[in-house]
Amino acid sequence: MSGYLNDIQVYGPGFLSAAWTVLWLTLLTIVLSWVFGLAAALGQRSDLAWVRAIAAFYVWFIRGTPALIQIFIVYFGMPQLGIRLSPYTAGVLALAINSGAYVTEIIRSGLQAIPKGQTESSLALGFSQRATMRTIILPQVARIILPSITNEALSTLKNTSLLSTITVVELTLYAQTLISATFRPFDFYIAVAIIYLVLTTILTQLAAFFERRYARLY
Amino acid sequence: MTEEAPAPLLKLRNIRKSFGDLEVLKGIDLDVAKGEVVSIIGASGSGKSTFLRSINAIEPADKGTMDFDGQQFDFDRDSRYYPSARQLQALRARIGMVFQSYNLWPHKTVLENVIHAPMNVLGQSRAEATEVAGALLDRIGLYDKKDSSPQRLSGGQQQRVAIARALAMKPRLMLFDEVTSALDPELVHEVLMLMASLAKEGMTMLLVTHEMSFARDVSSRVLFFDRGVIGEQGAPSKVLRDPESPRLRQFLHSILHDDLSQAGAAKGLIQ
Ligand SMILES: Nc1ncnc2c1ncn2[C@@H]1O[C@H](COP(=O)(O)OP(=O)(O)O)[C@@H](O)[C@H]1O
Ligand SMILES: [Mg+2]
Repeated sequence: MSGYLNDIQVYGPGFLSAAWTVLWLTLLTIVLSWVFGLAAALGQRSDLAWVRAIAAFYVWFIRGTPALIQIFIVYFGMPQLGIRLSPYTAGVLALAINSGAYVTEIIRSGLQAIPKGQTESSLALGFSQRATMRTIILPQVARIILPSITNEALSTLKNTSLLSTITVVELTLYAQTLISATFRPFDFYIAVAIIYLVLTTILTQLAAFFERRYARLY
Repeated sequence: MTEEAPAPLLKLRNIRKSFGDLEVLKGIDLDVAKGEVVSIIGASGSGKSTFLRSINAIEPADKGTMDFDGQQFDFDRDSRYYPSARQLQALRARIGMVFQSYNLWPHKTVLENVIHAPMNVLGQSRAEATEVAGALLDRIGLYDKKDSSPQRLSGGQQQRVAIARALAMKPRLMLFDEVTSALDPELVHEVLMLMASLAKEGMTMLLVTHEMSFARDVSSRVLFFDRGVIGEQGAPSKVLRDPESPRLRQFLHSILHDDLSQAGAAKGLIQ
């Protein structure tokens, strides 16, 4: 038992900083994925055929290929085209592009769930399409999609472990470094799992809080 | 029709609209004077809703011209009078529309529903908009519900709020599209009462309705829509009691059975 206390003293700070890395990588990725997802979801409804085509291709491509390959394309593949990104930038970008495609589908279904009359009554009062989307439609969509968007955020959080493959020192890679020095894979992978559990639980609670707040607003 | 007519508030010429191959409006001409209440009746699918929606251009016509309140529009895409998006917004801000399905915004309170457009379209201050909204909600007897979610209201209450929301914009013209059709029979009366009182105050109104007694008692004119054209029009007494065309006669006959049961309820709407 005292051995484990000792472990926490020795490895705790390292794990904490790796967890911190995971946290901010995740937050950045989530925000960016919402931007991509919203853009693509609105793009799917554009009057312009080529905009719709790009949005459709994006969703099709991302959902049809493994996240790991997408990460490799951005980090290892892009330099061949002269675009060299740091592991962190490439990681966030790749994960956000990946998650954005799923967010697109979530927002799309949310938009479909809003009756046409909501838009019409807003337009009929003199609002622009844009103002209608911003003040009438999206707030309602946000409420509807909260549970699925939370799920997607959890996926993103867990997918950060994939970034260990492109030298981002997040939890998994940090643990692997320790394991190769100590030969204690069980202990350290369990430690990683526990830290992920703490993070996912916090995220879930946060989402539940927002859901309750929304419920009171209606 | 008796005194000399001033320039109409709304003047429509040759309004046409198709959805794909389906021609829904086949050249509608209509003048509506200020203060007039025009009821539109006609079979389902005859283009009544499409017509109302072309007037405030939430579904713009393909062809035809419109003069509204001194402003000219030409819905022919090639015309130089074809309205810009901004002009359409300005037009819609001056025309109120009430829908069969109320379409209140569930994420806003009753009061917020009413002040949203005055504040953000007309640029009123919150205080100003709230004062106007308060008076309107008071008028429809729902002031005490101002902080409720609209979803907690009955259909009749929601529809009255929807009317108040449109009135808060101080519209020059009100369009009503079968606004009582989704309501339980016992809630129809309160909405019709409100509309009747608006009519009495001189509001210019264009309404699609199946409430024949309302059309008869409140409107100054009745239009019979028939497959995308105005089949017959005139004073309610003439159109509803002494129709000329066989099709109108047939239509009135078909709805009479539904309406007879409710005619008693709506009678005495107007003192
Ligand atoms: N957005 C639309 N797209 C395609 N067809 C439509 C659309 N709106 C209405 N229609 C068709 O136009 C015809 C007239 O509809 P509508 O104006 O709603 O009739 P009414 O209100 O008299 O019942 C119907 O055949 C309807 O199916
Ligand atoms: Mg209709």
